[in-house]
Amino acid sequence: MAVLVIADHDNASLKDSTNKTVTAALALSGDVDVLVAGKDAKPAAEAAAKIAGVRKVLLAESDELGQGLAEAVEATVVPLMSGYDAVLTPATSQGKNVSPRIAAKLDVAQISEIVEVVSPDTFVRPIYAGNALETVQSSDAKKVITVRATAFKAAGEGGSAAIENVAAGAVSTKVKFVDQQLVKSARPELAGAKIVVSGGRAMGSAEEFQKVIEPLADKLGAAVGASRAAVDAGYAPNDYQVGQTGKVVAPELYIAVGISGAIQHLAGMKDSKVIVAINKDADAPIFQVADFGLVADYKNAVPELMDALAAAGK
Amino acid sequence: MKVLVPVKRVIDSNVKARVKSDQSGVDLANVKMSINPFCEIAVEEAVRLKEKGVASEVVVVSIGPAQAQETLRQALAMGADRAVLIQTDQDLEPLEVAKVLKAAIAEENPNVVIMGKQAIDGDNNATGQMLAALLDWPQATFASAVEISGDVAKVTREVDGGLQTIEVGLPAIITADLRLNEPRYASLPNIMKAKKKPLDVKEAASLGVDLKPHLKVLKVAEPAKRSAGIKVETAGDLVANLKTAGVL
Ligand SMILES: Cc1cc2nc3c(=O)[nH]c(=O)nc-3n(C[C@H](O)[C@H](O)[C@H](O)COP(=O)(O)OP(=O)(O)OC[C@H]3O[C@@H](n4cnc5c(N)ncnc54)[C@H](O)[C@@H]3O)c2cc1C
Ligand SMILES: Cc1cc2nc3c(=O)[nH]c(=O)nc-3n(C[C@H](O)[C@H](O)[C@H](O)COP(=O)(O)OP(=O)(O)OC[C@H]3O[C@@H](n4cnc5c(N)ncnc54)[C@H](O)[C@@H]3O)c2cc1C
Repeated sequence: MAVLVIADHDNASLKDSTNKTVTAALALSGDVDVLVAGKDAKPAAEAAAKIAGVRKVLLAESDELGQGLAEAVEATVVPLMSGYDAVLTPATSQGKNVSPRIAAKLDVAQISEIVEVVSPDTFVRPIYAGNALETVQSSDAKKVITVRATAFKAAGEGGSAAIENVAAGAVSTKVKFVDQQLVKSARPELAGAKIVVSGGRAMGSAEEFQKVIEPLADKLGAAVGASRAAVDAGYAPNDYQVGQTGKVVAPELYIAVGISGAIQHLAGMKDSKVIVAINKDADAPIFQVADFGLVADYKNAVPELMDALAAAGK
Repeated sequence: MKVLVPVKRVIDSNVKARVKSDQSGVDLANVKMSINPFCEIAVEEAVRLKEKGVASEVVVVSIGPAQAQETLRQALAMGADRAVLIQTDQDLEPLEVAKVLKAAIAEENPNVVIMGKQAIDGDNNATGQMLAALLDWPQATFASAVEISGDVAKVTREVDGGLQTIEVGLPAIITADLRLNEPRYASLPNIMKAKKKPLDVKEAASLGVDLKPHLKVLKVAEPAKRSAGIKVETAGDLVANLKTAGVL
């Protein structure tokens, strides 16, 4: 069986979720190829060629692929599928945008956001905001799968796969890229960060969020996250949202400041190794999952934490 | 312009789903069910288009059991004009839902389909994209702003890293993200009025769509429980504990 992994990348480099998806793919088969679809994406393809266990890297380039248009990626992948038995995509917003189209064109089901490969046709996936884990067996000849990257270890380096150019698919529908506004940040990426500091509605304003959450994150070399309430209120950009309908994270350390711990928020962070909650309400549900809880007003607790970290040499 | 909005009946988002003890699925007996929150946002967007004079008719469609009529009435109370229930007691997978919706679209001929990006039970986030692929219509997923002028929709999308704006020619599929709008509460008079609005029921089996499942659920289990840890008194204690835990 041969498996294709669709890389998550920004043309210049590969995202960590690609290495993790390769690990999931290697649980299906030893014959794993990686597709890098983009524009001026040679550096990303070269990085993919170095992942241990990768057989071959396919590089497809066009303007529309560079813009990430789902129609273009689908039209690139579907013709390639005659040579593959499965295609795996990290369950990022781009992966979720593209993968169901591929499934529909192949007339097969999509197996969404798998967290475990039981066997080449059987997978475990969370449903109901992670309150249940479903084990499903697919009867389709070709499997179309999205992968929850946080559930898999990143495949290491050490490979030296060949890079092969493949044709970019053409977009047949009326869709046009206009522009994008990406949040630029020197901080680590939320989805792959070792430490995440998240702020909730308690912050009360964007200024307060920047004054309280961001310095704490920077002191720890952490990524910044937020609850939906904080994002909806405009305290933090949409890209920061952690939860059922935002990003799923599983860092070594997750610090929730002024977040109550709604089911939908927990769905995005409860697999973190160590969870810290700072909340002034001792009954907040977040304390039911926190390893270390500090019942306090964040206005005092966060500055004290900054001092304690400084005293500990951070 | 006609807008079609597919809506799904799901467990209420405030209810914590419980796994059945025989691991055959999630226990939905006597559980509060509601319109999927993302579908509600899609209905709101469609109704706003009508109020702005951009849309002339809003049709809501649900695929599901007889009780999904309640979900459709909820959408009618928000301002949709007409509802169609495509009845089945089978739990359909997103691909089959998309195929049934394609058949419904062939009958209704809408200019745009606005739907939820994700249902909070299956969490697949797939149906809209599949429908777009089956119809060969452009897709604009995870929308946080929609502007329709003439036969073009300009859609702002929530993507990893920020926001992206694309233009799609109509007819197209748009899937709603959380920040597209805040759905209204239906007023009592509108709830009463909704009872008189047309609601057609047809059998899913009558559409000639292959509804055979591709996936077999072997079991549904509860995830490993996290237990509450300890409460610390001070920030200093917290740092000491984090050092011991090896995460600093
Ligand atoms: C369909 C759907 C999808 C959703 N998806 C997501 C999602 O992906 N992610 C997500 O996060 N949510 C999601 N939600 C929303 C979720 O249900 C909650 O509303 C949200 O997580 C609440 O955010 P919060 O904890 O910041 O706010 P609140 O629940 O208001 O909690 C604020 C907390 O701050 C504490 N506090 C206040 N002042 C202070 C202070 N001075 N010091 C310390 N603590 C203080 C309070 O005690 C309280 O516990 C979703 C909801 C729905 C219906
Ligand atoms: C064997 C099997 C067992 C199952 N068991 C259960 C179970 O116990 N409980 C359960 O609730 N589900 C069950 N399902 C259904 C499954 O979990 C999903 O609900 C289903 O696959 C649809 O996926 P989704 O709702 O996550 O779609 P998504 O792709 O997340 O939905 C996105 C959007 O598509 C539209 N949409 C989706 N479904 C419909 C619909 N029916 N009518 C109108 N519009 C719709 C809505 O606009 C929605 O916002 C089962 C499925 C199978 C195959």
